[in-house]
Amino acid sequence: MLDLINVSYDTQIPNNVGLSSDKRVLKALEKWHPGYINWWNDLIPDNFQQSLVYLRTAVSVDPKGWAKFDYVKMPEYRWGVLLAPQVEDRTIPCGEHAGEAAWQEVPGEYRAMLRRLIVIQGDTEPASVEQQRFLGKTAPSLYDLRNLFQVNVEEGRHLWAMVYLLHKYFGRDGREEADDLLRRSSGSEEAPRMLGAFNEETPDWLSFFMFTYFTDRDGKMQLESLAQSGFDPLSRTCRFMLTEEAHHMFVGETGVGRTIQATCEAMVKAGIEDPYDTDAIRALGVIDLPTIQKKLNLHYTLSLDLFGQEVSTNAANAFNAGIKGRYMESRIDDDHKLHGDTYEVWDFEDGKLVRKEVPALTAINMRLRDDYTRDASGGVGRWNKIIEKTGIDFQMKLPHESFNRKIGVFADKLFDPDGKLLTGAEYDAGMPDWLPTHADGDFIQSLMVPVYEPGQYASWIAPPKVGIDNKPGDFEYVKLHMA
Amino acid sequence: MPDIIDFRTDPSHYRHWRVEYDGDIANLYMDVDEDGGLFDGYQLKLNSYDLGVDIELADVVQRMRFEHPEVKVVVMQSGKDNVFCAGANIRMLGGAAHAHKVNFCKFTNETRNTFEAAEADSGQKYIAAVKGACAGGGYELALACNHIMLTDDSSSSVALPEVPLLAVLPGTGGLTRVTDKRKVRRDLADVFCSIEEGVKGKRATEWRLVDEVVPNSKFADAVQARAKEFAAASPKNAPEKGIALDPLNRTIGEDGSVTYSLVEVAVERDGRRATITLHGPDGDAPADAAALTALGDRSYFLRLARELDDAILHLRLNEMELGLLAFRSQGDAAKVLAEEKLLFDNADHWLANEILQYWKRVMKRIDVTSRSLVAFVENGSCFAGMLAEVLFAVDRTYMMEGDFEGDNRPVASITLSQANFGPFPMANDLTRLETRFLGEPERVEAAKEQIGEALEAFDANELGLVTYAFDDVDWEDEVRIFLEERASFSPDALTGMEANLRFAGPETMETRIFGRLTAWQNWIFQRPNAVGEDGALQRYGTGVRGQYNMQRV
Ligand SMILES: [Fe+2]
Ligand SMILES: [Fe+2]
Repeated sequence: MLDLINVSYDTQIPNNVGLSSDKRVLKALEKWHPGYINWWNDLIPDNFQQSLVYLRTAVSVDPKGWAKFDYVKMPEYRWGVLLAPQVEDRTIPCGEHAGEAAWQEVPGEYRAMLRRLIVIQGDTEPASVEQQRFLGKTAPSLYDLRNLFQVNVEEGRHLWAMVYLLHKYFGRDGREEADDLLRRSSGSEEAPRMLGAFNEETPDWLSFFMFTYFTDRDGKMQLESLAQSGFDPLSRTCRFMLTEEAHHMFVGETGVGRTIQATCEAMVKAGIEDPYDTDAIRALGVIDLPTIQKKLNLHYTLSLDLFGQEVSTNAANAFNAGIKGRYMESRIDDDHKLHGDTYEVWDFEDGKLVRKEVPALTAINMRLRDDYTRDASGGVGRWNKIIEKTGIDFQMKLPHESFNRKIGVFADKLFDPDGKLLTGAEYDAGMPDWLPTHADGDFIQSLMVPVYEPGQYASWIAPPKVGIDNKPGDFEYVKLHMA
Repeated sequence: MPDIIDFRTDPSHYRHWRVEYDGDIANLYMDVDEDGGLFDGYQLKLNSYDLGVDIELADVVQRMRFEHPEVKVVVMQSGKDNVFCAGANIRMLGGAAHAHKVNFCKFTNETRNTFEAAEADSGQKYIAAVKGACAGGGYELALACNHIMLTDDSSSSVALPEVPLLAVLPGTGGLTRVTDKRKVRRDLADVFCSIEEGVKGKRATEWRLVDEVVPNSKFADAVQARAKEFAAASPKNAPEKGIALDPLNRTIGEDGSVTYSLVEVAVERDGRRATITLHGPDGDAPADAAALTALGDRSYFLRLARELDDAILHLRLNEMELGLLAFRSQGDAAKVLAEEKLLFDNADHWLANEILQYWKRVMKRIDVTSRSLVAFVENGSCFAGMLAEVLFAVDRTYMMEGDFEGDNRPVASITLSQANFGPFPMANDLTRLETRFLGEPERVEAAKEQIGEALEAFDANELGLVTYAFDDVDWEDEVRIFLEERASFSPDALTGMEANLRFAGPETMETRIFGRLTAWQNWIFQRPNAVGEDGALQRYGTGVRGQYNMQRV
């Protein structure tokens, strides 16, 4: 009998899927493993590879105690294959097969669609590690350095999770796709990652925090909808990934929050009230709030593009097939089929933004995006609380979803962050106030100096309220190997 | 929706294509304007196309030949980032009437053929530089190019997803070119045509689906290098510049009649027919190739070909109920022969060659026009040489015999020339006379001996060049009875009968495309599994799959 809660370490790959008795898949994964290790070793600078990092490793899928913390060298991290426990008698939650028993094997007719979804999800996981590869060199503290590596190894594990599904269920094609996941690389001219936002650079730590807050949250929404899949192994895989993903967004939210905190505190201390007194604020070694807002604008809108077209055939097909559900599908009170239902989306008609009812099936992406926006606005509110407490008059906000878009009805058109349609000249004039300029980038870059002393933090970011694993403030989260 | 579909366009009106000329290389970019659909109700996303997009492409190809003969290599590529071309627009197909779908497919097929033949006919070789998704009609565009290059970015692929995705066929030559042109093994072709996501990378060359796969970072350079290499290897003796194709002058009357400078279309709605009159030359033939070039698009056969081509297309798309097209001509046969002699004498001159090749295409356009086609060889007509070719393209020919009362025009005659014995093959690669006399090849020889003779009805009939010859007494009645009888038959049955009778003889890739593939596609286009309310085309994009009647027919 397989122990599905506790993880078996009897193969090279920790797992709770009985790999040691599944020779075919084990062989395939072991063949893939060296390529993965090469990828990892080529990616992360060597002195970090040799360092001891205080990481959590998933050792169980029991929600009450799934991880243990310890010092690990990253290349020795136990990347495992972990699926959330099987729910007994689970049924397909949506679409034309709703109510039928969930699939334990890939249904032939949906093989291509499932594989495509898994490949797209899988492609994003290593991409963010690639985007963040140089950040270790400018970490504002050992605490943050550790968080970066934690996110990185877990994204690596998410890649493993997707590769396992490809190897286990998709035969030769699946193995080829798994190889291609290591062939593509972020920003590469040769073979770029599949989605635009994953080919953008993460040039500084504020970008990293924004990325983990906004773009990992897109990942969360995608995982949430794949967790609703009628294909049970995918659902179980994604459910477990979500437990790790929460930490990534925590890193993002608190990272931005701590940046804001440092700025506000420095302003108060210096007696600066005007948040737009940029030069004076920057002279304090902190990032002015309007620049943080610009970063927010950029990352939020890039992430919105990840949801695709407002009206999408692929999304409709996947929902109807029962391959991908909506956010919290099982808690939605309807027939889960959406025949004849409509959903309101933005459209652009006669030079005006309009709300339009379209068949709900084709608006699955939009519904998920709306859920995303709601989900993302929570942290923005908490950031504003931080500002408010210091008495500074400034509010962060999410820009209108028409702003700075490259995909969907708003693409190729110019809007300001309030959703007002602009002429080219108006847009050019407003741009420096809405999106980070090169000069902003230079300034932020100038603050990016590493702080590797335990308990010390760069000027632009406040210390966290509590440590990881309840460790004290001066805990050495990373024992740096300085060759 | 436009009142009529106009096939006349020019670069200043393009919405979907642009060409950058670079010496003997032309870079042709497909950059479809989403909002530029010919009809309402769909958006041309992802470089998908409708008839309007194809009309522009046909114009590009035509102008490449006449206006830019200096070009030796054309690189067809996408102006969009992540997609080469997603194929025919599905919502357009889902919403279009059957007749429009069929006409759309026919025209796109003709356009594919014309750029595919451009290498052999005009010394213009087409390279498809595929980056991004290239699916369905998109891959069919590439298939019709002479060389396909695919980037190896681990996501660009070529695909024919029609069967699994839409329950129709890759009907624009796709299935046929995969097997007949690219000679993909049939079992691999079967796999290829059953997988939605297609084939990428090295396997695409191994399966012969593309000619080469190039690393992504080197792709743009490799494409331009290949283009230069092909251009350098081209045997074409290219002129420095071409001639301008000015807009066609066309007037459409209230009754639907159409008037050009040399072509007139009269419409008889009650009889459901159009009569197309071809006029002979109004002046003397140019003295030499230089004079021909100076005349440019005003030269006789080029003008006639352009006008006739436009008339046929106009009738096909805008006059669906005119089931019979009657061809007649009026003019001086000697002048017709003088015009064509100049072309044949200078066949190695680029413009003369282009005009002859164009005439070949126009004749083929007539061959595959799904209307009853008849020619009337009347007194005063000028069916000589190239014009006489029309007589052998139609389903039947009626000829006037002897003097007609009150008619002082010259007695009807037909003159054969070298034009009828080689330069204008049909899709089956035979001449129209060879096809006509498939069982009696000696008759082709007999006809050949009469080259240059003005053959009156008796001789023409003896030689088998006309169906019937009638004198003044019978002519009017016989013609009337034929027209009335024809108008009473089922248009569907006629279309089927005529298409089958026209293309006797050997199969070629072209006949297989127009005959088999198109016929199968048109059958599928009628079936509920594709077009029914619950069929795949109707349901495409709703998220709900097509519901199929699983009975094999
Ligand atoms: Fe992830
Ligand atoms: Fe993540």
